[in-house]
Amino acid sequence: MAEAAPLPRAERSLGLRVAMGVLSLLLVGGVVVALASFGYGRQAARTAFDRLLLGAANDIAETIIIEAGEPVADLPVSAFQLLGLAAQDRIGYALRDAEGRLLTGHATVQPAPPARSQPGRPAFFDGTLQGEAARFVTLTRRFAERDYSGAVTVTVGQTLLARNDMALGLTRNALIVTALGGIALMVLALVVIRRALRPLDRIAAELLARDPYDLTPMEAPVPAEVGVMLGAMNRFMRRLDRQVGSMRNLISDTAHQLRTPVAALRVQAELAADEPDAEKRGQMLERLARRSRSLGELLDQMLSRALVIHRTDSVPRQPVDLRDIALAVFETQDHELLAPGTAVELEIGPDPVEVLADEMSLIEAAKNMFNNALRHGAAPVRIGVEAQDGRAALWVEDAGQGPPPELLERIGARFERSAASRGQSAGLGLSILRAVAEAFEGEVRFGHSAVGFRVSLILPQMTEASR
Amino acid sequence: MIRAVLLALALLTLPAAAQEARTRFGADGATAIRLRSTTDIAILGPTLEAFVARNPGLAVDYEQWGSNDLYALALQDCEAGRSGADALLSSAVHQMVELVNFGCASPYRSAETLALPEARRWRDEIWGITHEAAVIVYNRALLPPEDVPQTRFDLLDLMRRDDPRHRGRIATYDIEASGLGYLFAYADSLEASTFGALLEGFARAEAVATCCSAEIIQGVAEGRYLLAYNVLGSYVEANRRDSVGVVRPRDYTLFLSRAYMIPKGGAPEAALLLNFLLSPEGQQRLTESRLTGPGRDPDTSGLPESAERPIPISPELLVARDAQKRGRFIARWRDTFGRAALP
Repeated sequence: MAEAAPLPRAERSLGLRVAMGVLSLLLVGGVVVALASFGYGRQAARTAFDRLLLGAANDIAETIIIEAGEPVADLPVSAFQLLGLAAQDRIGYALRDAEGRLLTGHATVQPAPPARSQPGRPAFFDGTLQGEAARFVTLTRRFAERDYSGAVTVTVGQTLLARNDMALGLTRNALIVTALGGIALMVLALVVIRRALRPLDRIAAELLARDPYDLTPMEAPVPAEVGVMLGAMNRFMRRLDRQVGSMRNLISDTAHQLRTPVAALRVQAELAADEPDAEKRGQMLERLARRSRSLGELLDQMLSRALVIHRTDSVPRQPVDLRDIALAVFETQDHELLAPGTAVELEIGPDPVEVLADEMSLIEAAKNMFNNALRHGAAPVRIGVEAQDGRAALWVEDAGQGPPPELLERIGARFERSAASRGQSAGLGLSILRAVAEAFEGEVRFGHSAVGFRVSLILPQMTEASR
Repeated sequence: MIRAVLLALALLTLPAAAQEARTRFGADGATAIRLRSTTDIAILGPTLEAFVARNPGLAVDYEQWGSNDLYALALQDCEAGRSGADALLSSAVHQMVELVNFGCASPYRSAETLALPEARRWRDEIWGITHEAAVIVYNRALLPPEDVPQTRFDLLDLMRRDDPRHRGRIATYDIEASGLGYLFAYADSLEASTFGALLEGFARAEAVATCCSAEIIQGVAEGRYLLAYNVLGSYVEANRRDSVGVVRPRDYTLFLSRAYMIPKGGAPEAALLLNFLLSPEGQQRLTESRLTGPGRDPDTSGLPESAERPIPISPELLVARDAQKRGRFIARWRDTFGRAALP
């Protein structure tokens, strides 16, 4: 039991599959989260730093006074401290009078284009500072003094390093959280799978611990998903059990049935060998030959019964037309050998009579019915097929009275001691018939008809629905 | 080499020209780094000697400029897309910050630059490599110890005394001629309300606004000036004279960090010089030249930490460069010193 059987080639493990699934989910999710949070981060950074710009511009605008007809700003340090919150960004600013003349600041900084500015409101716009992308705001302050009348624009701009840093920082944080969540999800998934697969380990251990001849179903409590597998395994074991059982029966039956005829053969052969009279010896040899022939038939039937039992368990069922079976049996011309000169008739209709079954098993059953009738019944022997009320019947009929009622009661048991001891095989043949009927949810019926005795194998007829 | 230094020292006393002096450190065939600086050659010389000794393949072409000229030249180079100097080192930090703000600098990062505190670098394009105090210097022989001002309030009291001995004998930077002088005055104006009173005091005492550090210190040493306000302490320390006393004002003392920047198109070797200046060895040399580290004057030790006001290298200095702000500031200054007797 401990021998190391080669393991079947393993597919990728479930754990790996789930890990791959979760991972690809996370990758797709990560990309989505990254894009979304970057967009959100940019928006947030823009809003936050636009406020700084506006605050600085307001600070500057408030210090503007008119001195000798000229607007003059006392540039406040606080404005630059505000801008300095974006520590690494360059600053551009310009104060211009109503004509756009530079009052103070950087000549390269231009106020907002008129299209972007609304009266009385700060205008934000994108531009460049010495070739680097930058964001600007323009404020307008109006004066109506004796010596100066008109607007002064304050434009303040800053490069985008701090904004981009903030957007990237927000994105990074979101991604870190996503990654941590993903790792937790993956670990959790692996733990759950490991726990879910534990019943399989238990089943494997139980199987290993079993006696090799123990083919009883396993009753371990398992989750529904594993139960499917366990059920299949139990069904398989049941089939195996049946196979092993029939094999065992076949062997014991065969030994049992063959012992008497073989002993008789031996005795007759010994007698024949000792018989001095040539004529008597001839008779004895003829009897010996008959006996051995019937022994051969018995063997044939035992084999065919084993075959039928094996096939009904292992061969998939297919649609079979019972007329083909009847025809096949009729055409083998066995009756020429068994009962030369007996009249036989085939009685089939024009419509197919189909059942779901195994063709070979049906042929064996039909042959047995037919040969039984030839051997024990009275001519004429007829074989036929009919369908009625969803039941399909394959029948064999002879003109005789049939077996005695007490024999009929016992008929179909596995073997018939009296038949076997006579070197004949009717009982065995009927047991084949019964096995086939059971295998295909049918039955065997015996009965007296108007002309004689009829044996029918009745099976459920195949309908369009079951096709 | 020694001769070059001597020549440079001789040149120091000449009036400010476009280019005050130049000299070369290192072998003739070596790759030269063109360094334009406001620092006196004599003071920075030993550090540069150490640099070329450590890097035999490199040399430094040193040009000494006035801060305003240095700024104007660098701006011209930048706007013309011309590569002038490989590196700039100026005490007029606000001008350097403006150059960086105009996108004239190339960025550089190394372990040394990243080790600098935030207030001594900006955008990885400008770095403060020194730590020098703005001090009051006085003539020990002429100013009695009890009159030595320990704070700006003492200085105000001194100037308000209306003593004829003081008239015309108090000196400070000419903020128009010296970028550093303007930066100190501007930082004073931000730092405390005493600035207005100081200007008033200068006017009353008929103070002298002149240029430049070496000249002012020499004036104090020779007794032409009794006292000078906002002088770079490092220059005093480097040219130590017994007749000159140094005070770090106890109300607050400004600290300057000279700004190093690599203009666009500057040779990559300029970064090596930067790393050297920031390295322990470079800092050691700078300390020996009194460009960093504590002063050695006993009067100046024990300055409370809260009184240390480093001028941060940050975009806030752009305010100092604003045309209107500067115009108003200089007008106010001129108003003060116009009433005083200019030499």
